Amino acid sequence: MLRPITIIPVAIFAALAAVFGVYLWQVGPGGKDISQIPSAMIDKPAPQFDLQPIGNMPETLKVPGFKTADLKGKVSLVNVWASWCPPCRIEHPVLMTLAEQGIPIYGINYKDKPEDAIRFLSQLGNPFKQIGVDNTGRTAIDWGVYGYPETFIVDASGHIRYRHVGQIYPHQLDSLILPLMKQAAQSVAGDARTGTAEAGGS
Amino acid sequence: MRLVLFTLALLAAPLIAPGLSLYAPAPALALQPDEILKDPALEARAREISKELRCLVCQNQSIDDSDATLARDLRILVRDRLKAGDTDAEAVEFIVERYGDFVLLRPPFKNSTLILWIGPGVIFLLGIIGVTLWHRRRREAVAAPVAPLSAAERDQVDALLAEKSDR
Repeated sequence: MLRPITIIPVAIFAALAAVFGVYLWQVGPGGKDISQIPSAMIDKPAPQFDLQPIGNMPETLKVPGFKTADLKGKVSLVNVWASWCPPCRIEHPVLMTLAEQGIPIYGINYKDKPEDAIRFLSQLGNPFKQIGVDNTGRTAIDWGVYGYPETFIVDASGHIRYRHVGQIYPHQLDSLILPLMKQAAQSVAGDARTGTAEAGGS
Repeated sequence: MRLVLFTLALLAAPLIAPGLSLYAPAPALALQPDEILKDPALEARAREISKELRCLVCQNQSIDDSDATLARDLRILVRDRLKAGDTDAEAVEFIVERYGDFVLLRPPFKNSTLILWIGPGVIFLLGIIGVTLWHRRRREAVAAPVAPLSAAERDQVDALLAEKSDR
């Protein structure tokens, strides 16, 4: 018969080994990015902002500026991007695919030169319904942005439901983004039925 | 017991003696001249707040230490909040609302961080209790009076000894 004093250290070791093992698996084969920080903005209303459009946009690319109220009434994506950000460039075709499917995508053009942003969009296409220019970076801070690109799913009541740090990979469209958007659409519809939908969302 | 005390003292030393870090080099300032406020009192408060906020790009530096653009923007934001009349706590809260508790280099004491704060202490206490119990039981085992052998046992021992010497 083993005495508890012999079992306890072995048990503690086994428990620690299991915890560390699971964690190691997650960051290794599991592909978890531990530098990603959970967003504090989830389920909060989108911040208040009213951003100007990109100046001197050619007619073919021209879209209006972007403000909080534009997000009301449907599930939409908000993408924070810049022409100087390499992953934004890699991600862009994915946004084009989403836009072709009729999903409303709003852009926040972060600390960019208008001529660079226009060149970027004329080369790769404009998936954005509206684009607001954030030169000071204050609006990005209000969204809790810390890396570029970042993409938010905002539901019909204007609440942030999901935040994606870094580029959206093509395979994540069907496995992650579209299901989450569907979920955001359903939960708001559910809220409306029970009469708890937030009409305003300041 | 002396061993236990010595171990305790060793473990407690870093808690008592952070003031002894004489070898900390003077760091280069990440803070740019154009960020510094004219009011020295306000600027001093901003510096203290900045030292407590994590740069989310580098993650192991405070925004006061970091050269990242976001760190600079957050330093300026903190100063703007102070200029607008925020208290230190309000300015920090403004950032926490957007970036969560992770932005605080000193994690707050609340339900979700209970294990973080209490855990090491609890494990240490359990260890102390374990070691004390083990010591006490051993001491009792050593000190317990040994009952004299009964007549039957003595006969058995004699028989065994006789058997051994026969070989």
